[in-house]
Parts: sequence; structure tokens; C-alpha cells
Amino acid sequence: MKKKLDFPHIMTVVIIIAIYAAVFVAEQTIAPTSMLFTVLKKGATYALVAVSMNLLNGFTGIFSLGQAGFMLIGAYIFSIFTIPVEQRGIVYQYYNGGIIQFTLPVVIAMILAGLVAALFAFLIGLPVLRLKSDYLAIATLGFAEIVRTIFQWDKLGPITNGSNMLRLFPTFNDFNIRNAEGNVVVYLSTLVPMIIAGICIGIILLLINSTYGRALRAIKDDEIAAEAMGIHLASHKQIAFCVSSFFAGVGGAMLAMYQTTVQAKSFTTAMTYEILLIVVIGGLGSVTGSVLASFLFVACSEWWLRFLDQKQYISGHEIPLLRNGFRLVVFSFIIMIVVLFFRQGIMGTKELPDLFRKKKTAEGGAK
Amino acid sequence: MWNTIFPYLLSGISVGGQYALIAIGYTMVYGILRLINFAHGDVFMVAGIVMVYMAASGLPLWLCIVLDLAATAIIGFAIERIAYKPLRTAPRMSIMISAIGVSYTLQNLVLYITGGLNQIYPKIPWISDSITIGSATTKVVTVVTPILTILLVFALVMLINHTKVGMAMRAVSKDFETSQLMGININGVISTTFVIGSFLAGVGSTLYFTNYTTVIQTSGAMPGLKAFVAAVFGGIGSVPGAVVGAFIIGIAENIIKGLDIILFKAGLISKPMGLAIFSDAFTFALLIIILVVKPTGLFGEKSIDKV
Amino acid sequence: MKKTFAIIAVVLCFCMLVSTAAFAENVVKIGVFEPASGDSGAGGKQEMLGMQYANFETPTVEIGGETYKVELVYADNGSSTDKAPSAAQQLVSSGVSVVLGSYGSGVSIAGSQYFADANIPAIGASCTNPQVTAGNDHYFRICFLDPFQGTVLANYAFKELGARTAYSLAELGNDYDQGLATYFKQAFEALGGTVIADSFPTGTSDFTSYLTNAQMYSAEVFFCPVSIAYSTQIVQQASSQGVTFPILGGDTLDSNVVANAAKGTDVNVTITTFYQEGANPEFDNGFKAWLNSNSEYLTNNGGNDMIAAVSVMGYDTYYTALEALKAAGSVDSAAVKAALPGVTLTGVSGSIAFDEVGDAIRTSAFVKQVDNASGDWNFVTEQTVD
Repeated sequence: MKKKLDFPHIMTVVIIIAIYAAVFVAEQTIAPTSMLFTVLKKGATYALVAVSMNLLNGFTGIFSLGQAGFMLIGAYIFSIFTIPVEQRGIVYQYYNGGIIQFTLPVVIAMILAGLVAALFAFLIGLPVLRLKSDYLAIATLGFAEIVRTIFQWDKLGPITNGSNMLRLFPTFNDFNIRNAEGNVVVYLSTLVPMIIAGICIGIILLLINSTYGRALRAIKDDEIAAEAMGIHLASHKQIAFCVSSFFAGVGGAMLAMYQTTVQAKSFTTAMTYEILLIVVIGGLGSVTGSVLASFLFVACSEWWLRFLDQKQYISGHEIPLLRNGFRLVVFSFIIMIVVLFFRQGIMGTKELPDLFRKKKTAEGGAK
Repeated sequence: MWNTIFPYLLSGISVGGQYALIAIGYTMVYGILRLINFAHGDVFMVAGIVMVYMAASGLPLWLCIVLDLAATAIIGFAIERIAYKPLRTAPRMSIMISAIGVSYTLQNLVLYITGGLNQIYPKIPWISDSITIGSATTKVVTVVTPILTILLVFALVMLINHTKVGMAMRAVSKDFETSQLMGININGVISTTFVIGSFLAGVGSTLYFTNYTTVIQTSGAMPGLKAFVAAVFGGIGSVPGAVVGAFIIGIAENIIKGLDIILFKAGLISKPMGLAIFSDAFTFALLIIILVVKPTGLFGEKSIDKV
Repeated sequence: MKKTFAIIAVVLCFCMLVSTAAFAENVVKIGVFEPASGDSGAGGKQEMLGMQYANFETPTVEIGGETYKVELVYADNGSSTDKAPSAAQQLVSSGVSVVLGSYGSGVSIAGSQYFADANIPAIGASCTNPQVTAGNDHYFRICFLDPFQGTVLANYAFKELGARTAYSLAELGNDYDQGLATYFKQAFEALGGTVIADSFPTGTSDFTSYLTNAQMYSAEVFFCPVSIAYSTQIVQQASSQGVTFPILGGDTLDSNVVANAAKGTDVNVTITTFYQEGANPEFDNGFKAWLNSNSEYLTNNGGNDMIAAVSVMGYDTYYTALEALKAAGSVDSAAVKAALPGVTLTGVSGSIAFDEVGDAIRTSAFVKQVDNASGDWNFVTEQTVD
């Protein structure tokens, strides 16, 4: 891809650098317990997973619902290989410390997490990618459920710790730089995950803008026509599926680091649905949209709408309806409104540079 | 050996009948709209919750059941009108996402109303009683379910094959556009489908929750998914196929739960393997196998892609 | 349309600012990390009631010579380990000095690291899995542990019930269930019995085949240390299947909801727990009067005023936290954490002191059984293990 350094692209680069710089400054100045960082960390994780799902659903037209399964694989592989050896006795308490008695560096473990997820994707892709849209969706969904059960089987306990929690592996907070006394000198626990997500999304963007990416879009628009143009359907779909799963696996590893514990039980279809809704809200076929929607989605559910779950009083009067669960009701109505009335989502198929193309749009909208 | 397997078989037939009643809703909607109605399992759950609240209000139980079935049918109708009808011309993925959105909304609404706690389903006399058959003791509902299911399916097949509405349904599922040109009221047919599907899910919910007694917002998710698998397994779009698929899945799932002891008694394994946890996974494995081997399911018609 | 979104975002930001604006007075925040929804929601609510009652009884505390009003900050961890992190974050970001809870060991473990990172101590009321406090210095608890409880249950099953084959059923991925089932199995097999262990996936409602399994293995006791939501279903389905073996459970089954499910059936339900109603009449009467004063409390307590042991534990954790705050002489969470190991008090559930791991030193558990006619819990025995 030839990089055209025109105005829109320069603006995009400037905005991205500005966001990273702002995050760095915020981390050094605002208390680390602020919800802002929770949202940024989880948002970065979801952004990566949402973009990887968008690669399939938005760009290639493969309707896959297996994302939670691949995230599970990634999260497990990552945590299994990074729990410090001396802690394994505690974590694998019912399995005599497990059978894996070494650790890998965090970065290697993350890459491995992606690779194993991609390997599973390759194997499952062989039979199921031949299926048509909804059948493929339901088959991948079923695959995710099967994976979830296998990882919970207690006969695999020495590796997976059965259905019990994996924990005590490195988390985002371990990216902070500490001095000899153990006090944090430079806070990086939010910046690093955002950089990791940024790099991964950058790689996906490169793929989308390559000849491969154009072939994928052709498949989405019309499979038969694409095949007639000489695009090998099976191999292109397989590559898209594996790449998407690779990054879902990396995203799973990030989720593990965010959550500080991993348990197969939590990687349900509901998680896949949540990510799919993010992709739709952002706009099927827009990487920028997926990223924006992830941060908005996480911010709303974790932070901005939290007050709806608690009783509130305005000048002594209790506001009706507000109690536990109301947040989710409001949230689901917002989602339904987007799905029904704003079918294009936030960005449609536009990307960040497109915003600077025709006319100068409001800068505020692009954060 | 028979005495070992029989109780599992009985549980399987019972739960299979309940899945069948849900599966019909999936298969009919798919047949006509080519839509996986992900919210159908949640309609089933809502039927249970509505029943809990109605019984708590002190109405006589028979009236509760009647009103509950009516309410469920209305909910199904309303969902179609609000969430699917506006998207009729949109890409299929949009409607499916809308279905996921509806499912999410229903679950969250119920979470909010119930406070996220298990609700105890009212005890319906007679079918909640225990009876003993052979080597198994169970509730009467276990025996009633398959009989009622088959009766309802018979009635439904008669409706589809021998009435005007049924003919319209068949026509619409064959060719959406042409039937519209032929003067068939498409929206009426689709609404009828949703009403019938939801009504049957309502019946299924009465039977299911009488057996398993508690309802929570996630109660519909797994049965819904399994019923869908059953519909695909039997050949989506085919009512008898969905019923057969549902019974197969119900039985298979319960046999897996008892597989350890069955294999143990047959002398094939020496100690339990913890295989019971694969009861759900097996359903999905079965699904993937059938999709790969025979994508149209056991009774499905072969469809031809038009360019 | 982008504008609409931006406007919505700004409005939300504003709402949030308004909602978090606090009034300046001496307030100490105590986090309540409990499930209000999900499978353990019923138990979590009962544990919270104990804390709320304690807060109603003693709404202020003297810290460093000044009177502070105690504000309980609630976060619903939804009984699930994937919702626990955000609930924990919510408490951390609202600046609590100490956290109480949670009902359920899994969610406690899942939230633990967030409290550790923020240097906030946590006091568990009824999370009995050893992993909660093992290997950290910020988590404390006032209840007994599962290795102990498992042994008590195994002894009871083997010696009192005379069982030699036990069937144990636990929820997959629930650390409490899996832990207690494991310790029960170890203890029961050490006595010379046989345990067949099965697990069921989350969300199961059809337990008939598991009950059949137990019958097929000719189990003499059915051990199910599961959440209230599942145990009520197991009890009812056991009743309609006409099982003959007793059902044995841990502290989670000690709830009027379970007792109600067993009422009118002939299923024998026996459990171990922390407290027996009647042990402290003063507390019992006060708590019951308080429960009856408000219909919402009664609903949260499962519809009647029977006292759940977890309410007592919740009550005691609240006072433990107050003692720690007094000892720390500061609302700073790090100071509270430093003061906690030295805290001792006499609670309703017995005297409370912590060992070096942060666990309560407790040597006895109560065994209770459902009275099938009245739906009450009958005291059976008090078990101690040395």
C-alpha cells in the first residue's frame, strides 16, 4: 500500500498520537483508581476483538459467532503459560500444581495465544466455512460452546485447572514501572494495552487495504462474481477466519490481563453477542467505527450509565424506576434504537481519514 | 441394561417434547423469513415470568394459563411488528442482529423486573404429581408432554396442509416475492406464524417450568439454543423435522448425563470419566456434524442458489 | 447523527458528574461487594440485610476522635466472575475504605486483585474457599474454611448417616462448589467411603438425570454444595422423583428459600452452617423487628423473617470493619488494612480473631436439618474438628 501523505492522513496520525499522548499524561496525573482507566483498558481490549470480528462480518461477509470461543482459547493459553511457577501450587490446588512447570514471557505468550486460536480456527474452518451465512453462524456458535466445555473437563485439569479459576498471572498493572521500594514511578498500565491494541488493529488495517483485503470485499459483495474473477473462495475465507481468530485470541489474552482471572464459564454466547452489537453500533465495515463503539459501549456500561442502577434523589425526591438493572434496560433500548433506526451505525463504512475528506466535520465527533 | 437406560430415556423424551414446542417456532419463522429468531428462547422465558406474576396476583390457575398463552402470542406478534417488520428490506444480517437485540432487551427487562432472582413457578395440580413407571419415578408432566406435543403438532400440520392460511404460509415460504404478487397478505401470514410459534412456546414453557420450577432471565437461552439446533437438525423449515430433531436431542442429552453409569454398567469403563458435562457440547457437536454432512438436515428440502 | 451521539455523550457525562457530587461532611465509605442478582442473589441479599441492619443499629463510628457517618456503597457482582471485576472497580473508584463480602468465593477471588492493587482491605463474611485469603495480605474473613466444612460434612455423612457411597454434584466453574466437593471427597474417602463426583454446567435446570445417576450408583447420600438457585430445584426434583437418600449441603443451602422448597416433601435436607437461630435472642429479636418494619427487607429475606446465617455473618463483618476503622484511627484504606490483623471482637456468631493468613480462627460448625412439616431449620448438632 502506498501511503499518501495527504491532509486527511496527516490529521489521522495527529489525532492518534494526540490520543496516546493524552492517555499518557492522564495516567501520570489522575488517580489510578479512576473509572476512566478501567474504561480505556477494557475498551482497548474490546476494540481489538470488535475489529477482528468486523474483519469477518463486515469486510468478508462471513457471519461468525465464535468470537467468545477464540477469546477463551487465547485467554487460557496466555494464562496457562504465564502463571509464575512458584504460584502454580496455589492456583492448581486440586491438581498438584499442574503439569506445566515453566513460564513464557508475556509478549511470547500473547502471540502464542493468538497462534493457538488461529490453529483452532483453521481446523474448524475446514468443514464449517463451506456453510452458508446463518448455518455458519450457528455452527461457529456451537463450536464456541464445545470449546467452553472441553476446557472445563476435569480430566484436563492438570493443564486447564478444570473449571476452576486461573489467576496470579501478569496483569496490566505489571506494566507500570516501579522503583526499588515497589512504588510506581511511571504509570503505563493503560497506555501499554492501548498500544498493543493499536498495533494489532494497525496490522488488520494493512491487511484490509492490501490486495487480499480487496478480494475479501469482493467476496462480501458477491461470492459467485468474486469466484468468477479468479478469487479462490475457500482459501481467502480461511485466511480471513484465521487472522480474525488470531486477533480474537490476542484479545482474549488482553481480557485475561484486564480481568486478572480467567474462567471458561464467563466466555458465553452473551459475550459474542455483546461484541457483535459493538460492531453493528460502530458500523459493519468500519474499523474506526468498531474502535469508537467499543469505547462508547464500555464507557456507557461501566461508567456513565452506572448511576441508573442506584437510587437517586433530586432535592429530596426519589427518581422513580432507578434501581438495580435499570442501566441494562436503558442500554438495551439504546441498542435497539441504533439497530432499527441508525442501521449504518456510527460510522457506516467510513474511516477516520474520510471525515476530513469532503468538508471539515466537527472535530469533537472523532474522539 | 434396559432398567439403567429407561429413566434417562424418559427424561429425554419429556425434555425433547418441550424443545419440540419451542423448535416449531424457530422452524416456521425460518421457513418464511429465513430468519434465525434468536429472541424466541426469550419469549419462552417471558411466558414463564408472566405466569409467575399472574399466579401471584391471585387469579384462578386455569385463567392464568389461558391469559399467559394469549399474552405470549401477543408478545410474539409485537416483537415481529416492532423489531423485524421495519427491516424487511434490509440485509438478512441486520434482522438477525435485531433479533439478538430483542433477546438482549427481553433478558434485561426481566432482570430489572424480577431483580435478577429465581422466580418459583406456580404448581399446576395433577401434572405436578409424581407417578412411577417401570424403574423410574417422575412427574405426570413428563408423560403428558410428548402426548400433548404430538397432538399439537398434528393439529398444526393439519392447519398448514388443509386451510387457506396454511396454504398461504406454504406459498410464502416457497417464494416470498411471487406470493406477494399473487395477492397473499404477506404481513398477515408472517404475523400468524409468529403468533402460532409464540403460542406453542408458551405451551412449552408451561410444561417445562412445571418440571423444573424456577424461572430466571437466562432460563430461555439454553433451551432456545437447543431447540434451534433441533430445528436445524431436523431440517429447518420442516415442522415434523423439528419435532423429530427435538426428541433426538432431548434423549441424547440425557443419555450423555448418564453415560458414565451406562458405560460403567456395560463394563466399558472402569471408573467414571466425568462425561456428564458434555451434555450440552454434544448437542452442538451433533449440529456441526449434520451441517457438514447434510446441511439441509434430516427432512430439509434442497435449496438451489440463484445467481 | 454523529452530533446526536456526541450530545448524548456530553449529557451522560454531565449526569454522572451530578450523581457523584458528594456533600462535605465526615463520611466513611464501606463497600458492599455482594451479588444482588444471579444464582447467588438470594443469599447475597440476605448477607446484605445483616450489614444494613448493623448499619441501622450503628450508623456512625468514632475515628481518631471524630464522628464519622458510615455510608454503605453497594456494587452488585451479579454472582458471576465476569461481572465481579467491574463491580470491584466501581467500589475502588468510589473511594471506599474497606470492602465487605462477598457471598460466594468465586466472585471474591475474581474481585480480589482490584482491591489489592488499590490497597483496600476486604473482609469476607461467608466465602469459605481457602483461595480467597491464600497468598495475599488484604483479604480477611470471619467464617470457617471449606477443608474444615468438607471434613465436618464427610464425618456426618459417614458416621451419622452411615453412608458408604456418596454422590457429589457441583456447578462447573464455581470455585465454592468445586472446592467444597473436593474437600468432601478427600475427607470421605479418607474415612473409607466412595465418592462419585459429577458437575453440571451453569444455567442447568434439569437435574433429573443427575438424581437418576445417584440412584443408579446406589448412593446413600447426595452431596450438593451448590447455589440456592440450584439447590431449590434439586430438592423439588428429588421430591418428585421419590428419592430415598438424604441431601447434604454446605452453608449456601442455609436459607429459608431452600427450606421452603423442602416444605411438604419427604426429602431429608441436612446442612452445615455458621449460626443457629436462637443462639443470641437479643440479636434475633432486634433483627426480626427490623425485617418486619419494611416490606422490602422481608422480600429480600425470601418472604419471611427466618434468620439466615449469612445475615449474621454480614452483621459481624460490619462490626469487624468498624473495629478496624477505630483501630486504624483513619479512613485511609492502607491504615485499615494494617490494623485489621490485630482486630478482635465478640460477634453474634462467636468470637472473631484472625490468624496469619487472614482467616478467622473457628473450630465449630452447626448442623441443621429441614423440618419437612413446618419448613423450619432444626438444630441437629454442633460439630467441632480439632
